[in-house]
Amino acid sequence: MKYVLRATALAVVALLIALLGWRVTQRDAGAGLSDKIAAGDRPAAPGFTLERLDSGGRLALAELRGKAVVVNFWASWCEPCKEESPRLERAWKQYRDRGLVVVGVDAQDFRSDARRFVSRYGLSYPVVHDGAGSTLGHWGVTGFPETFFVDRSGRLVGERIEGPVTATDLDRYIGQALRTS
Amino acid sequence: MTRIAALAVLAILAVAAPALASEAHPTLAELENELYCPTCHEPLALSSSPIADRMRAFIRERIRAGDTKSEIEAKLVDEFGPAVLAAPPKRGFNLLAWLLPLVGAAVAAAVVFRLALRWRRGRDEPEAVAGREDGPAETDPELERRLDEELARFEA
Repeated sequence: MKYVLRATALAVVALLIALLGWRVTQRDAGAGLSDKIAAGDRPAAPGFTLERLDSGGRLALAELRGKAVVVNFWASWCEPCKEESPRLERAWKQYRDRGLVVVGVDAQDFRSDARRFVSRYGLSYPVVHDGAGSTLGHWGVTGFPETFFVDRSGRLVGERIEGPVTATDLDRYIGQALRTS
Repeated sequence: MTRIAALAVLAILAVAAPALASEAHPTLAELENELYCPTCHEPLALSSSPIADRMRAFIRERIRAGDTKSEIEAKLVDEFGPAVLAAPPKRGFNLLAWLLPLVGAAVAAAVVFRLALRWRRGRDEPEAVAGREDGPAETDPELERRLDEELARFEA
C-alpha cells in the first residue's frame, strides 16, 4: 500500500512538471522564428484558424496555400498600426491579382473596436480576431504591429518586421513571397 | 441546538449578503481586482496599458447599463479568453487549480497526523516497558549502589 501511494505521488509530481514544461515550450515556440527567417531557413509559418471580423465564419491560414500571404498582427489601440494600415491596403489592392492575400490578425482587442478601425481606415483585406492572443507566442510576436511574409508553400520568407511596415519592405518581400514556391 | 442553527444562518447571511449585492451591483474597483490585463498580464487595477484603459471604460459602460458582475466577466472572457480572469473558472481542466491546493492540504494534514501518531507511540512505549507486570525491570548495579548510598546519607 505504501509503495502504491509513493508511486502515485511521484507520478502526480512528474505529470505536473511535464505540464509546466509543455506550457513553457508552447508559449515560447515562436521565439526563434525571426532568427530562422533572417538566416534564410524558410521555416514553416505557424498555422491558425481564427474568427473573421470582416465577414462571418473562420479563416485558416492553411486554406491560403498556393498564395503568398502577408500576415499583419495589429490592434485598434496601437498607434503605429494606424500609420501602416493604408500601406497594407494599397499593397493588397496592387498585388491581389498576382496571388497575394493580406491577413490582418487583430489581437488582444475588442471586436467592436477592431470593426470600427477597419471601417475608419477602409480596409478591404481579410481581418481575423484573436482576442486571447493565442497565436502571438507561436509567431514570436512581442508587440504591435508586426508583419510576416508567407510564400506560396506556406514558408516564412523575407524578414519579420517589428513596427510599422514601409512600402519599400512590402514591395520587396511580397515580390519574394510571390516568386518562391 | 436552535440557537446554534440560528447563529449558523446569521453567519451565512452575513457572508452571502455582500456577495449577492456585489454580484447585482458590481463596482469598477471590485472588477479591476478580479480581472487581468491581457497584454501585460497583471491585475487590471495595476495596469495603465491602452487596452487596460479601454477595458475600464467598457466596465463602466456595462455597470451603467445594469449588467451583473458575471455578465460583465462573461463578456470580457468572450473578447479576451478565460486568461482575463484573475481566478480560473471552476470547471473543466481549470477545476484542477481549485482542487489541487485542497488535495495538497489534505495530504499534508494526513502526513502531519501520521507523524504525530508515530511520535506519540514512540513516547508511550518506554513507559509501557517500565510498567510490565512480568517482573521488575533490570537496573544498573552501579546505579543501584549509588542510589542506596545517597538514601543512606539523606536518612543520616
